[in-house]
Amino acid sequence: MNPIDTSRRAFLGRTAAFAGVALAPGVLLYEFAAAREAGQEASAAVRWGMLVDTTRCASGCTACVDACNAEHGVPKASRPTDAQWIRKVELKDLRTGAVRSAPVMCQHCAEPPCVDVCPTGASFKRADGIVLVDRHTCIGCRYCMMACPYKARSFVHEPTTGQKTDTPRGKGCVESCNLCAHRVDRGEKPACVDACSAAGHRAIVFGDLNDPSSEIALRVRSVATSQLRADLRTDNGVRYQGL
Amino acid sequence: MRVMAAGLLALALAGAAWAGSRAPVLDAPRGEKCVEDAATMRRSHMDFLRHQRDETVHRGIRGARHSLAGCVECHANAKDGAVLGSPSHFCQGCHAYAAVKLDCFECHASRTRAAQAGRQARSP
Ligand code: HEC
Ligand code: HEC
Ligand code: HEC
Repeated sequence: MNPIDTSRRAFLGRTAAFAGVALAPGVLLYEFAAAREAGQEASAAVRWGMLVDTTRCASGCTACVDACNAEHGVPKASRPTDAQWIRKVELKDLRTGAVRSAPVMCQHCAEPPCVDVCPTGASFKRADGIVLVDRHTCIGCRYCMMACPYKARSFVHEPTTGQKTDTPRGKGCVESCNLCAHRVDRGEKPACVDACSAAGHRAIVFGDLNDPSSEIALRVRSVATSQLRADLRTDNGVRYQGL
Repeated sequence: MRVMAAGLLALALAGAAWAGSRAPVLDAPRGEKCVEDAATMRRSHMDFLRHQRDETVHRGIRGARHSLAGCVECHANAKDGAVLGSPSHFCQGCHAYAAVKLDCFECHASRTRAAQAGRQARSP
């Protein structure tokens, strides 16, 4: 990181502290990570992640899935070959009968197997930890789909219509959850996170795992969380609580 | 190939002054100025777009001057909000004329954000 960035960061820090003082005492405002300015690139100091609290996730609720489909213009999956960026999974412990429900999507691994196997470099990890497919370089070979332990990626088999400006998508490429990179870049949370809150469950926390004062970092530090297939040591950005 | 196409295009644009010319008449853009001057855009828009593509997708740079979404917002047809659809639609019109295939809009939205919202509001 160059010195200009450092001082800017420090300046922003001071401004934020000052703003905190200026606000009414006793009122603590959690300002969500600010939007990057136009022209600023994604920072390697940040690691975006999500924490899914399975004790709050309601069985049968598909608010996150519906919001994801709407945000990205992905039609609701009706056939096994349809694209699916996020899906609800129900787990039942056969001995105790305990049922857990949770959304599963790209886990945004720190060591993503999809990136390792991609022959063209289309699968890549952005500096801030978001794992993406560059559809301009994707040749549709689907190695990444084979490599992904979480079945998080889909191949688009048919021509697409009704694309959203922020989510171009088309036939012949692999796609998956992009952690709503376009929303995150303007300082918002992913669509599934907002939808889960709006539905009253607040089961998904989004934030910067590297920022010790962020809600997600506090939670990950204070409660037992797990990563899916932690044995593979992919170091997922998506964590689960209560599994 | 590029030199030839540019040459053809120069001919085409010179031809526009001729009566009976088949040079395309394109939808008028929004605003007064393009992101670069018009001559530079005509010659180099594909290079700008390709550069911007990597800057945005890989480095996460947003709100950039040469954004493809930005081209659509300014160059869309005033009525249907699209850059494709007829020989006068901005991107399609010139590309059909210059015989350069434009496949970006197989994935990218070819209509403005407003037009997308409008259609959704109307569909049941
Ligand atoms: C004035 C005519 C004209 C207009 C208007 C125009 N283009 Fe082009 N464009 C061309 C020509 C000619 C080429 C080919 C140039 C070459 O190969 O040297 C080209 C090439 C391209 C390429 C590279 C294509 C490839 O496969 O290599 C892209 C991408 C592109 N244009 C995008 C656009 C978009 C998007 C718009 C609408 C916002 C647009 N163009 C409007 C004339 C035009
Ligand atoms: C702020 C609105 C705006 C944006 C954004 C914009 N343009 Fe333009 N564009 C214009 C205007 C206005 C003109 C006419 C300017 C002139 O004649 O000097 C123009 C002219 C052009 C021309 C020359 C057209 C001709 O008839 O010869 C091309 C090609 C072009 N734009 C392509 C693009 C591309 C590609 C993008 C995206 C990278 C883009 N423009 C983004 C407003 C815009
Ligand atoms: C197979 C699908 C696909 C095709 C075809 C495609 N793109 Fe993209 N493009 C994407 C995706 C996905 C993104 C990422 C969008 C985001 O994160 O905002 C993107 C982003 C971009 C961006 C940055 C966002 C913006 O609007 O400025 C540019 C520039 C771009 N593409 C240019 C092009 C050009 C030029 C072409 C045609 C030569 C093209 N793309 C064809 C899928 C595609």
